[in-house]
Amino acid sequence: MWDYTDKVKEHFLNPRNVGQIDTANAVGEVGSLACGDALKLMLMVDDKEIIVDAKFQTFGCASAIASSSALTEMVKGMSLSEAAKITNEDIANFLGGLPKEKMHCSVMGREALEAAIANYRGILLPMAEGEVVCECFGVTDIEVRRAIEESHLRTVEEITNFTKAGGGCGKCHDRLQELLDASAHQVKASIIPLKASRRMTNIQKIKLIEDVFEREVRPTLRKDGGDIELIDVDGDIVIVSLRGACGSCAKSRTTLKEYVEKKLREQVLDTLTVEDDRA
Amino acid sequence: MNRTIYMDNNATTRVAPEVVEVMQPYFSEFYGNPSSMHTFGGQVGDAIVRARAKIAHLLNADPDEIVFTSCGTESDSTAILSAIRANPAKRHIITTRVEHPAVKNLAENLHAFTGHKYRVTQLAVDSEGMLDLDEYEKAFSEDTAAVSVMWANNETGVIFPVQQMAEIAKAHGVLFHTDAVQAVGKVPIDLKKTAIDFLSLSGHKLHAPKGIGALYVRKGTPFTPFLIGGHQEKGRRGGTENTASIIALGKACELAAARMTVENTRVKHLRDKLENGLLTSIPNAIRNGHPSTRLPNTSNISFEYIEGEAILLHLNTVGICASSGSACTSGSLEPSHVMRAMGVPFTAAHGSIRFSLSIYNTEEEVDFVLEHLPPIIDKLRNMSPFWHNRHKS
Ligand SMILES: Cc1ncc(COP(=O)(O)O)c(C=O)c1O
Repeated sequence: MWDYTDKVKEHFLNPRNVGQIDTANAVGEVGSLACGDALKLMLMVDDKEIIVDAKFQTFGCASAIASSSALTEMVKGMSLSEAAKITNEDIANFLGGLPKEKMHCSVMGREALEAAIANYRGILLPMAEGEVVCECFGVTDIEVRRAIEESHLRTVEEITNFTKAGGGCGKCHDRLQELLDASAHQVKASIIPLKASRRMTNIQKIKLIEDVFEREVRPTLRKDGGDIELIDVDGDIVIVSLRGACGSCAKSRTTLKEYVEKKLREQVLDTLTVEDDRA
Repeated sequence: MNRTIYMDNNATTRVAPEVVEVMQPYFSEFYGNPSSMHTFGGQVGDAIVRARAKIAHLLNADPDEIVFTSCGTESDSTAILSAIRANPAKRHIITTRVEHPAVKNLAENLHAFTGHKYRVTQLAVDSEGMLDLDEYEKAFSEDTAAVSVMWANNETGVIFPVQQMAEIAKAHGVLFHTDAVQAVGKVPIDLKKTAIDFLSLSGHKLHAPKGIGALYVRKGTPFTPFLIGGHQEKGRRGGTENTASIIALGKACELAAARMTVENTRVKHLRDKLENGLLTSIPNAIRNGHPSTRLPNTSNISFEYIEGEAILLHLNTVGICASSGSACTSGSLEPSHVMRAMGVPFTAAHGSIRFSLSIYNTEEEVDFVLEHLPPIIDKLRNMSPFWHNRHKS
């Protein structure tokens, strides 16, 4: 039996704002029958971009229904830009918390809200564009990365609790772990340069540069049949050699400046410049 | 509102008052160890002999063929591991896609468990939850070490033709285990008439306490203990006997033998009344599982376009206890493996509810459920986007 708060139970047994708004001008639909929960959020937004009415229809368990009910209560009277700031944690907190295995219900609420706002503004959400990592529940890498960052997730199990990814056949667990590792690296990498500042030794620089190459640059270049090698580091000048398809590619200079140099400046030291060994 | 209508007897049962009565003295009065040399302990050993005989009687087996265990799961593990150890060169086992995790997870983890790679054939079921015996015959190979097929399914109550399947296994020279945890006490079992080598049962499914089980091991069947220790159970299961629960299981089996007819008439009648009532009063309600080849107490119904946990929690507020094959109730994210194996469509799998009755249920309780469930279904459907869209797609 789930350990639901009284507020979850109360919103589940007496959900607010169930129903349809026929004239809704912001509608967000997320989830599916296959996934086991789905939410259709309907908002009425006035010309000052204030949400004047909100209704929902939900297929799902008690916490999905309670999260939907909570969401409609929260957004009524808000401006769209205020509503856009609502996170899944806000929804869970409104309900006095959700069991960790049920956090995905609050994520569904936030996603429906985003979808409704995007629908009002006539734009497409980026979520659907990512690469599907979890086939069972159709979750993309963009969604997973976002959950990792926003909710500070540390384990595959937590990713499943928040996004459902990995909750079916389990084949994507390795990929999810990679996404976790990558985000952990990013956090580390972005901290190091600030702390290490400019007083890094050449060896330290080389190591960090190699890290960035291995983690990010090479995988990207290899997709196009190219590769990169670190030749030397001289002060702030990083000398590299582009290999394979990249070496002969007319865009190689742009690649170096726009991509490699940018990455190194972001993640190692913001004074670095990258040069081709043939230059 | 504090009345409880308990219709979740496949999860566990109420310990029968008669059972509580006979087991109690074994905590306070007859607390001796049956292995002791003194009469004080020895008299407990005598009581265990009588209990063993009662279990054997319910199954029509010899008392020597009954080994007490701590639960159904232990019986399953003991039997399957024993069977494969009897034929260590053979690396294939046959089971089904709808077994209880006690068998399913064991089979799936066998290589990790034993350090060897085992091949597992999981027989499919059709939309009514039935096996195809031709597929079963074809699954055998030279390498097959054991078969494990449940007698009755815990979620749907569907009964498998285990007697026939055991004969087929015997013809191939393969050991046959059946997980009869849900069948014992609900349907007549006569082991003398079968070729079954191992049968598992669990006390708490037939009005004995939790934490007591038994394994039937046919005389002459090769056996390796699972718990290795003292000489208890003739060296077949180490560990000081759970005396009070063994006495309880004996009494529960005696009661089950006496109540078999009631189970298959009155309980079945109540189940049918409940099921037919729900199927006629609620649209888009579908029975899961074969209509007749089924335990007399179990009804599994899907209510389309809504989710099981939500139904259960509403039922809970009016004191009705049932269970669901929905994803949300188990903490997993997919509907039960049984619903998926039967190919129950997603529109229905998430909304499946199991009612499992016992002799303690009354007609009045059935009427209460028939009165209270339809408005709950209505309320949830009214909230469901799929219910409103069902005619569109
Ligand atoms: C078919 C079946 N097998 C095995 C078990 C496990 O029994 P126990 O809970 O005694 O380990 C159960 C009950 O949960 C069951 O229904």
